[in-house]
Amino acid sequence: MITAILVMAGIGLVLGGVLGWASIRYRVEDDPLVEKIDAILPQTQCGQCGFPGCKPYAEAIAKGEADINQCPPGGNEGVKRLAELLGVEPKPLGAGMEPKPKAVAVIDENTCIGCTLCIQACPVDAIVGAAKQMHSIIAEQCTGCELCLPPCPVDCISMRVIREDVATWKWRYPVHMMKRAA
Amino acid sequence: MSRILFPFNGGVHPDGHKEASNAAPIRAMPLLPRYVVPLRQHIGAPARPLVRAGERVARGQMIGAAEGYVSTAAHAPTSGSVLAVQPRAVPHPSGLFDLCVVIEADGEDRAVESQPLDWRNLDASALRNRIRDLGLAGLGGAVFPSYIKLNPGAQAIHTLILNGAECEPWITCDDRLMRERAAEIVLGAEIMRHALGCASVLFGIEDNKPEALAALRAAVPADMEVVSVPTLYPSGGGKQLTYLLTGLETPTGGRSTDLGIQVFNVGTAYSLYRAVYLGEPMLSRVVTVTGHVAAPGNFETRIGTPLADLLAAAGGALPGAVGEIIGGPMMGFDLLDRVAPVTKSVNCLLVKDPRLFPARPAALPCIRCGACARACPADLQPFEMYWYSRAKDFGKAQSYDLFDCIECGCCAYVCPSHIPLVDFFRYAKSEIWERERDKREADQARRRHEFKEFRLEREKKEKAEKFAKAAEKQKAGAEAADPEEARKKAILQAALERARLAKEGVTPKNTDNLPAAVEKEIAEIDARRAQAETRAETRAETRPESGESRP
Repeated sequence: MITAILVMAGIGLVLGGVLGWASIRYRVEDDPLVEKIDAILPQTQCGQCGFPGCKPYAEAIAKGEADINQCPPGGNEGVKRLAELLGVEPKPLGAGMEPKPKAVAVIDENTCIGCTLCIQACPVDAIVGAAKQMHSIIAEQCTGCELCLPPCPVDCISMRVIREDVATWKWRYPVHMMKRAA
Repeated sequence: MSRILFPFNGGVHPDGHKEASNAAPIRAMPLLPRYVVPLRQHIGAPARPLVRAGERVARGQMIGAAEGYVSTAAHAPTSGSVLAVQPRAVPHPSGLFDLCVVIEADGEDRAVESQPLDWRNLDASALRNRIRDLGLAGLGGAVFPSYIKLNPGAQAIHTLILNGAECEPWITCDDRLMRERAAEIVLGAEIMRHALGCASVLFGIEDNKPEALAALRAAVPADMEVVSVPTLYPSGGGKQLTYLLTGLETPTGGRSTDLGIQVFNVGTAYSLYRAVYLGEPMLSRVVTVTGHVAAPGNFETRIGTPLADLLAAAGGALPGAVGEIIGGPMMGFDLLDRVAPVTKSVNCLLVKDPRLFPARPAALPCIRCGACARACPADLQPFEMYWYSRAKDFGKAQSYDLFDCIECGCCAYVCPSHIPLVDFFRYAKSEIWERERDKREADQARRRHEFKEFRLEREKKEKAEKFAKAAEKQKAGAEAADPEEARKKAILQAALERARLAKEGVTPKNTDNLPAAVEKEIAEIDARRAQAETRAETRAETRPESGESRP
């Protein structure tokens, strides 16, 4: 009886020691949940969620400080995927957060005065130009965050909606008549 | 003849309707007043336009250059002037416009000078680049740029398969081409064999084309083999024909080149012959016009021919026609705009009539009968993929190897509930592609955002360091600076010193202009003080000495 108790206690101690050692040795530095949430967010870095970028919003969601329906570019699809990840009920996007069609910013190069304010505002460095030189937006790298619009003193930046072309066109969800079953 | 075939699983036997169009020889289309040449006719990046509105072009002149690796060139189908380079209707299921070069023919049909290629002696890479600039793309349906497929790359190719199966109902363009131009096809196959460096060449032709089989058997040399394969849709699928002829199965997500096998359509071989022996770009292809038309048949059609003109050449649609299909009834799509031109991918214009092409009956719920899985030539489970695609659970659909689906339509053909399965698979595939595109874009944006933050941080640090350094320098290295500065500083220092001394020299006293008696008194006091100071000094000097000499 005593032997059995001692053996069990010994096994418990050894296993506990191994687990304790492993938890220190193989500690995960970053919060993996933040990374997972960040992977779902669209990375427009637009700040419409009220946080200064996608990563801070992901951190806030992980801490439970922010709701999952604050990201308009991610749309309802993004909310759904966040809900799936976090095991909560999906909800519609927050009030006044209608998702807009994907767009890129375009600089009217005749009006641009070369003030560099938009370059400083761009979260992904998608604007090239120098002081008193014309600025231009690299369309492939523009996330459509609209952060360059307010700083422009001459209002020469506009958003152009990306229309689908032959290469990006998608087959639509098949609409087919279902025969009424009896 | 004695070759053992490896029948693939599944497949269907739809009505062939080949006899509607395979009786008459290939007819040439008359020269038209206007051609519309799309710059995106192939898989990959669209060609970059080389001409502008108003420019004159000659037949065979390159009007679009290959842009990037997976791309190929486009050429003017006749001589004339460029009317416009603008988006126009193209044969695409979306009905969207795409960039096209519109050419107004001048009627002369003047050609640019062309040089045959010395393919046996030309460097392999140079030959491929010439083939790219001649605009060759696979005519079997995928329109993959041929010059890439002719590069054996790291993978040694041991077998070349020429695909003349033409399993899709109604279409007979390859059939007629093989009957009439077998010798040229064989010459094209020779060039392919040379470029790929492979030993074995196999022609796979369905046994419902005995004339084509006979013509090719008469044309091939002893070291090429013409194989008759049983008529079973889709034996013309690249993977299916590969398995049928060699017994080798293309791995999931792989290509036949992974097995050391390259597959080309017979029409591509013919175009390659024209490109190499005549130096002519891919200017035309054979297109079948069939179905509910007055005079069905095959037409040698220049790329860029409006489909309405092609239809008119076949006598026009008969009364009661209910639209057209581009391609065959199994894999084709409805033509939305007849002004769209013939491209390298258009092999058939099929006019529908209500008798042979009745409206699709309303779909019934899936009854889990499994007929689709038995018919699937890719050994997939279409019903599983259908459920998940319909529920928009794309990850699950993908886990059932959705991307191995060749969209042949066998499952939808056999479905007793008339479910448009392929439409769901195409929908799911394009949704997954869009997600992958979005993911790539998001990853790029994240990287760039993180770099910007890192850059700002670095700039801040650099600025702080610069300030710290500057302050230190000011403190320490003032005189260590350049000699001119030091000299100036010394002069300044000297002047300051002089001023200080001068100031000391003229220390103001409140003893000026005093009466004589007071001055005398002061002088006496000063003298006394001086006496006292000298006394004190001598005392101070002697005392330490005595102190020190004390034993």
